[in-house]
Amino acid sequence: MNLTRRLMNREAFMGFFILSIGGVMGLVLGIPIVGFVLSPLIKQPTNLWRDVGAVSSFGVGETVQVNFPYPNESVTPWSGPTQYTAAWLRRNSEDSFTAYAVYCTHLGCPVHWLATPRLFICPCHGSVFNADGSVAGGPAPRALFQYQTQIKNGRVYIKTEAQPLAL
Amino acid sequence: MNLLLRISDRTYRWLDERLGIGMVAKSTLLHQVPKSVNWFYVWGSAVLTAFVIQVITGMFLAMSYIPSPDHAYDSLNYISQHQFLGNVLRGIHYWGASAMVLLVFIHMTAHFLTGSYKYPREMQWLTGSVLLILTIVMAFTGQLLRWNQDAYWAVVVGAEQAARTPIIGQWVAELLNAGPHVNGQTLSRFYAIHIWLVPGGIITFIGVHLYLVIYKGISEWPVPGKPVDPRTYWAEYQQILHEDGEPFFPRAMFKDALVTFLLIIVILILAITLGGQGLGLKANPLTPANPKPDWYLIWYFAVLALIGVGSEGSAITPFVIILFPAIAFTILFLFPLANKGERNPLRRPWAIAVVVLAASGFLVLSYLGYAEPWKPVLINGTTPPNVPAKATTGVTGMALQGAHLFSAEACISCHTMDGVGGQRGPDLSNIGGQLTEGELIWRIAHGGGGMPAYGNTLTPTQMDQLVAYLETRTSTGTVQATGPGG
Repeated sequence: MNLTRRLMNREAFMGFFILSIGGVMGLVLGIPIVGFVLSPLIKQPTNLWRDVGAVSSFGVGETVQVNFPYPNESVTPWSGPTQYTAAWLRRNSEDSFTAYAVYCTHLGCPVHWLATPRLFICPCHGSVFNADGSVAGGPAPRALFQYQTQIKNGRVYIKTEAQPLAL
Repeated sequence: MNLLLRISDRTYRWLDERLGIGMVAKSTLLHQVPKSVNWFYVWGSAVLTAFVIQVITGMFLAMSYIPSPDHAYDSLNYISQHQFLGNVLRGIHYWGASAMVLLVFIHMTAHFLTGSYKYPREMQWLTGSVLLILTIVMAFTGQLLRWNQDAYWAVVVGAEQAARTPIIGQWVAELLNAGPHVNGQTLSRFYAIHIWLVPGGIITFIGVHLYLVIYKGISEWPVPGKPVDPRTYWAEYQQILHEDGEPFFPRAMFKDALVTFLLIIVILILAITLGGQGLGLKANPLTPANPKPDWYLIWYFAVLALIGVGSEGSAITPFVIILFPAIAFTILFLFPLANKGERNPLRRPWAIAVVVLAASGFLVLSYLGYAEPWKPVLINGTTPPNVPAKATTGVTGMALQGAHLFSAEACISCHTMDGVGGQRGPDLSNIGGQLTEGELIWRIAHGGGGMPAYGNTLTPTQMDQLVAYLETRTSTGTVQATGPGG
């Protein structure tokens, strides 16, 4: 009885109200803010096939850089150069292509293709990859990532993907 | 004169009655500090000064900076090239940032050495540790706002590192990128973090940090043989203030003011003579890049290169990337657990050793980060350098063809030849006297130890030419016979 009275008196109610209004308001305001910040995790873009050129424009055995835009969902009108990414595309034979991601598998720096020694070299920590993408020299832990490719109506398509992460 | 005094006195009293100036001044400017407070205690004020400079210059730089990926670089270029005093303002912000990072570490080192983190100032150390981390975040995000190649690839590299966090790695990476990859939202998020989120945190924690300076007082200069005992320290400290104390103003404050003044002068001179950090190349994922962090992270850039050498290295990389900072920060935050005992560095030689070790590690790694001995040398990131003329003097026929291959096949990118070339592999200036023809062919064909195998890349003729050239490279510097077959 005594306890109930102490808990139920006017001052206790006010204290309880002040605390809970703080908590409730924090939660109510927090949900949209946290959701807004986390939106990149929630709204995932759909990957698309991107046209990177006519099959005939690539010489058999040659490895060249091709550029293509990411899916529209992640592209805002002010994206500038960040809406594009690059890949190293090789025509293996008449109707077969391999597309290597530019991201080094060590920490993601853009590898560069050296045509004469047929090597990919990373500018950051000097990882070296063989022509087939396998590691020739560290610190890269694994072979270069590859994108899917397809040929349709005489043109080469690459399927966009998220930044490959060497987990 | 008398009248003037009377007027100013009455003005002061009028204001004091309404604003409580006297009360504030009494608890701040006039709070008692030990007389032993010396030049070792000025670093906190110096960091604070640097931060204030950053806030003010940053506020005004934001008037012209456009945080969008297609205009950020151009707007900075405009500030630097065309805006009146723009490059000076950028310079103050850049050198102020460098000063803040440097001074925050010096400030921490000074109070680590004097054991000032011990009872009752553990919270000073903890709030300071948070401020240290926030300062590093400021430096990193600030460097991104240039939105040049370094910035673009720093985000990519940051995401790759974050991705190695157990369980939540991929989400953290995507949050850093603001999506599955760098995109139109990435820069503006880092901008908001740099100008609102983190400065808000810094201001809050500086508030607590400064409040504690008043509440728990400035630590006295540690006397060897007088360990801190939490049961008696506070009474002893009060006695020191009582017997050997003085108000913060003016003697202690004078030292702070002088250092603040010198700091501003140095930053201004650097800003006027050197201006802001060069912008480099505009961010472009479609052109070759040679990304590097600013000076304060170059040492870590070197760590990441060095731990990865060899196959064992690649296996430990994920652990180092995540565990190393985790352990470092844990130690930082657990430090105040050792809150008793001697404070003087002479009685804590290990503390001096830690500082010397950390400082030399920083210097050596920074040197390596700039020298990049692990990196194949390529001009503009694309072309191997030519073999120096000195290394082809008197070389003819097949061997001369081999010399051209030594450059074209990028051998020279990793192997130095008479002073030109990379340092990743051994210097081959004298290789002719060290390996036989058979050994040379075997090494070139099979590679290994970080060297690519050239067996499938070179034709038999090219292999002969290359070996012929290498055989002419002997320690005497004189050219041996260069007949067919070498």
